[in-house]
Amino acid sequence: MSDVSLAGPPARFRPATGESAGARWAMIVIAFTGLAILVFAPLVAVFVVALADGVAASLQSLASRDARDAIRLTLTIAAISVPLNAAFGIAAAWLITKFDFRGKAFLITLIDLPFSVSPVVAGLCIVLMFGANSAIGGWLVANGFPIVFAMPGIILATMFVTFPFVARELIPVMIEQGRAEEEAALTLGASGWRVFRTVTLPNIRWALLYGVLLCNARAMGEFGAVAVVSGKIRGQTATMPTTIEMLYQEYLSVAAFSLAAVLALLALVTLLLKTALEIRHADQLAATHRH
Amino acid sequence: MHIEIDEISKQFGTTAALHPVSLALPSGALVALLGPSGSGKTTLLRILGGLEFPTSGRVLFDGQDATGVTVQERRAGFVFQSYALFRHMTVFDNIAYGLNARPRATRPQKAEIARRVTKLLDLIQLPDIGARYPSQLSGGQRQRVALARALAIEPRMLLLDEPFGALDAKVRRELRQGLRDIHDTTGLTTVFVTHDQEEAMELADLVVVMSMGRIEQIGKPQDIRARPATPFVRDFITA
Repeated sequence: MSDVSLAGPPARFRPATGESAGARWAMIVIAFTGLAILVFAPLVAVFVVALADGVAASLQSLASRDARDAIRLTLTIAAISVPLNAAFGIAAAWLITKFDFRGKAFLITLIDLPFSVSPVVAGLCIVLMFGANSAIGGWLVANGFPIVFAMPGIILATMFVTFPFVARELIPVMIEQGRAEEEAALTLGASGWRVFRTVTLPNIRWALLYGVLLCNARAMGEFGAVAVVSGKIRGQTATMPTTIEMLYQEYLSVAAFSLAAVLALLALVTLLLKTALEIRHADQLAATHRH
Repeated sequence: MHIEIDEISKQFGTTAALHPVSLALPSGALVALLGPSGSGKTTLLRILGGLEFPTSGRVLFDGQDATGVTVQERRAGFVFQSYALFRHMTVFDNIAYGLNARPRATRPQKAEIARRVTKLLDLIQLPDIGARYPSQLSGGQRQRVALARALAIEPRMLLLDEPFGALDAKVRRELRQGLRDIHDTTGLTTVFVTHDQEEAMELADLVVVMSMGRIEQIGKPQDIRARPATPFVRDFITA
């Protein structure tokens, strides 16, 4: 083989999985343009319109009774529905990943249902089931516990729409982790509850946190289902999103966009919280191979 | 502890993982369950550990029926195939887990737990790794930590599922001796599952050859080598 002359290496090597510089730049530009048009520009626009008449006007609109009631209601709804959905989501994910039973595929489909059903339809279902004209609803109203056009209805609607978030985050993580660690804890004498508390929960805590944050963001922002069941009574059942819509319909754009800006800020705070936690616990995340 | 398996069978749906099998394991023995995958050896081990319940038959520990005894009450030290160390806990906390899980009345004091964990770390010859996380250990170290964790609960028997499966040949050889030493020190009845006939023959006092959910032969390594009972055993041990 000595007579085979070795050709010099090609001018530049490129990793087998790499792309040419042109393709790389094209993709980066496309991604950033998309983000800028679809995410960043609207977000900036919200704040620009909110502050169109100055900070004072914006703050004044937020200090109005309707705005304050709406903010309080939305935070209350999120505070109630998010923990409940976290509990349901953990239970559902636990059931699906740790046990084999008949109808499992059906249950998974059921969990995804809120993603495929229009929120308005979900709201209408709640009205049909619990409205004053239905048997259950009539009885509940007669006993002083109305669901539709009241807080319980809004919570039901919010929970329906946000149900999949926690379970969807947890299921893949729990499948990947398998049952071995839990079984090990059992052989070491731990009770079922102790296994859950000391082994299962720590292993899923990051997925759980993401699920809860997504669930929270959606719970605060839900419009369609809540608009149908709440009746949008100002000062009573009008949440932030429905109030924003009503203000906008009344051409009160500064008030509408100021409230919208608060809603956007709440979402941004959740994102920042998530990032801060990630940075703070980076070593733990690395140790547990989970991100 | 003397272990007796009396006509144990196990069905998963319509497939039989174990046809009725019977087996007596003398106290203090080091036993290998040897067979190809799908032979039912892991199922049998999990039934001993209380992680599966048999479809029919009984398990007797020192002559007492233990078939319905829960996994927590069995006190079987179990080493899992991929070790199943708690990845979010340090090595120290992993080993201490079983002691911390005891009800308050029988739980040792903190200092006593620390003393026992230190002793176990010495036993597995890794005295300095208590503060590390499982992801920072080599495969061989993980296996030894899993062993220490199983020993911490003062088990009545030691059950190991393919304990050397995920290790390279050199480490495997060292750890085989390690297991032999620990078995000899503790005197625990020890059952390990393997598909490696050389490992079974070299390490065990008693080898149980299994195939398709049935026991093909039970005997000392030299007897099985000298007189294979069935064509399957002959093929398997010369493979």
